[in-house]
Amino acid sequence: MENTDNVFIAVAVMTLGAAFLGAALGWASERFRVEGNPIIDQIERALPQTQCGQCGYPGCRGYAEAIADGAPINLCPPGGEAGARKLADLLGREIPTTGVAEKPPQFAVIDENRCIGCTLCIQACPVDAIVGAAKQLHTVVGSICTGCALCTAPCPVECIGMKTIPETLDNWKWKSPVFQIRRVA
Amino acid sequence: MPSGLSRRLFRFKGGVEPDTHKAESSLTPIGKAPLPSRLILPLHQSVGACATPCVRVGETLLKGQRIGNADGWISAAVHAPTSGKVVAIEDRPSAHASGLPTLSVVIEPDGLETWVERAPLDVTARSPDEVRKALRDAGIVGLGGAVFPTHAKLTAAKSTAIDEVVINGAECEPFMSCDDLLMRERAEDVVRGASIFRDLLEPKRVLIGIEDNKPEAARAMRRAVEALGFDFEVVVVPTRYPTGAAKQLIRVLTGKEIPSTRRSPEMGVQCFNVGTAYSAWRFVALGEPLISRVVTLTGNVESAGNWETLIGTPFEEFVALGRPKPDTERFLMGGPMMGFEIPDLSAPVVKACNCVIAASSSLFPPPPPEMPCIRCGACAEACPHELLPFELYRFSRAQKFDKAVELSIDECIECGCCAYVCPSRIPLVQYFRFAKSEIDARRKEKAKADATRARIEQRKAREERLKAEKAERLAAAAVKTSGAGGGDGADAAKKALIEAAVERARLQREAHPPKNPETPASVEAAEKTPDPAVNPGDATR
Repeated sequence: MENTDNVFIAVAVMTLGAAFLGAALGWASERFRVEGNPIIDQIERALPQTQCGQCGYPGCRGYAEAIADGAPINLCPPGGEAGARKLADLLGREIPTTGVAEKPPQFAVIDENRCIGCTLCIQACPVDAIVGAAKQLHTVVGSICTGCALCTAPCPVECIGMKTIPETLDNWKWKSPVFQIRRVA
Repeated sequence: MPSGLSRRLFRFKGGVEPDTHKAESSLTPIGKAPLPSRLILPLHQSVGACATPCVRVGETLLKGQRIGNADGWISAAVHAPTSGKVVAIEDRPSAHASGLPTLSVVIEPDGLETWVERAPLDVTARSPDEVRKALRDAGIVGLGGAVFPTHAKLTAAKSTAIDEVVINGAECEPFMSCDDLLMRERAEDVVRGASIFRDLLEPKRVLIGIEDNKPEAARAMRRAVEALGFDFEVVVVPTRYPTGAAKQLIRVLTGKEIPSTRRSPEMGVQCFNVGTAYSAWRFVALGEPLISRVVTLTGNVESAGNWETLIGTPFEEFVALGRPKPDTERFLMGGPMMGFEIPDLSAPVVKACNCVIAASSSLFPPPPPEMPCIRCGACAEACPHELLPFELYRFSRAQKFDKAVELSIDECIECGCCAYVCPSRIPLVQYFRFAKSEIDARRKEKAKADATRARIEQRKAREERLKAEKAERLAAAAVKTSGAGGGDGADAAKKALIEAAVERARLQREAHPPKNPETPASVEAAEKTPDPAVNPGDATR
């Protein structure tokens, strides 16, 4: 007799406990709901924040969102191998066998003879680097352009090309002194 | 009082005493380099913004005519060094370690040397600002090699009055003698030029510092100061490289140490090269802009000497004046300590070019192989800026630039003392130049990235705002059309419509949360618009 009582009490305690904890969890999930996708923030923090657009997405935030949606993690040249590894660790993914994309910094150029002034590229540019108006010639402000190439696809007359930023006196850098290889014997 | 003997001198830490090799080029008076067949004038010849060309191809120019206007305050104009015709405005190899092309005006001389109208500048009748602007438009820049626009140095700091103006005649680099010869032959003009700087800066003292290996120059300058009746002090300083660096000379003459975070006028002192003073005087007294300078041509040549050379003379024509010996392999611009190899002799002599050295393997033997750093500390003792080159070397080589910045690599003046004393023959300065340009590039990249991020956020905020505004407009229009029919019933319908719109907007907002809720602009946009994004079709249905 006492045994059955004990069983009832035990079951009741466990049931009540489960019900209480379930309610608490349910309430907490509503009360402390996280807005947005936290993984995007984590991915963004792992990116080098150069906002160069070389991945083909508008800035590091744009690429972080794309990665969360399944884009490859090897598209960030400034982050390099190390950056890709960081992302792989964070997301539990493998680095694609093709290695990390290498792309020299670029900027967009509009062929002024072909531009029809449709403004589609202006709408596509995430950094407002293209100036122009409907039926007016458009042009790219080279110093602002990040080279993401998001403007090339929408252009109906294919008049936007990407150019590599040339080496000039302003961006020229001294090279690391190379080691001399000398004959030992 | 003109006797500099009583002045107490200070010492800077470090420095080296290499062979001076100055005698070779200082025995003959300054010659006048002949008119070259072509003059190539890079438009970017000063620190700051590149001058903008103000002539056209085919235009006939007069000697001294301005061909490039200064762009902004930290910039300097460029002038035609002779009369002739503009044959091209295009990219030409630059007098730079990279040899990369730079926008240049190419002039074909007509040989007539017809001057533009020249007028002396009456300094007393002009305001100081007018004089500064005139110096900028005359293209006067620092001729010690740094080519900082001189007019921009002629303003005292707001907080501090100028105590000393230092005229730099130290010329500490080996082989160079252009300042030496200039002071010997044209001392009075140099001193008069210094008086222009004195009038603009109103210092308590003017100190002219000359190293003790140039007694003739010091004597000539003393005589000139006495003859003109100025109270400038000609101070002979011990020969020790790099006394001619501005901060070191200021330290020696005044005892003031200028921290890297401050500019020298804030410490009440400003420093000018003797060549700068000379060209400033030529402009004020004769109306001649900066179109020529004295350049030392020395090293492995038959006849070393100094030449008054037109800016823009191609190096190939200039070096021929000294008749380089057949075993000459390369030419250096600047001194052997801080200079660099000229990659392309079709580049021109520029305002920054004070010396060209013909180099052969007998004069400058190829550097012996680099050995491992043994951390002996000799470089730290030689460093005039009291840095730790062996640590900087370690971090530069490992590309740990943050650490190098922590150890003040920015203060390095690339004087080469560390590499000169290094027993392992490590080309330390090359490592520091590499690290410094990488650090600089990263800073620029960071600035651009920050600006880009701001633009992306601004654009997102703007798009949201526009969307909300459009929705509001459409809702208002919908209400108007449906409410046009009547009285109280219409009011209720209006209310219902607005509520429906608000509800739809809320749902939409939840479906697409704003991507950058932390930016104030987007928050503001979201607050302003409780009822965005109404489909007109829905509203009227």
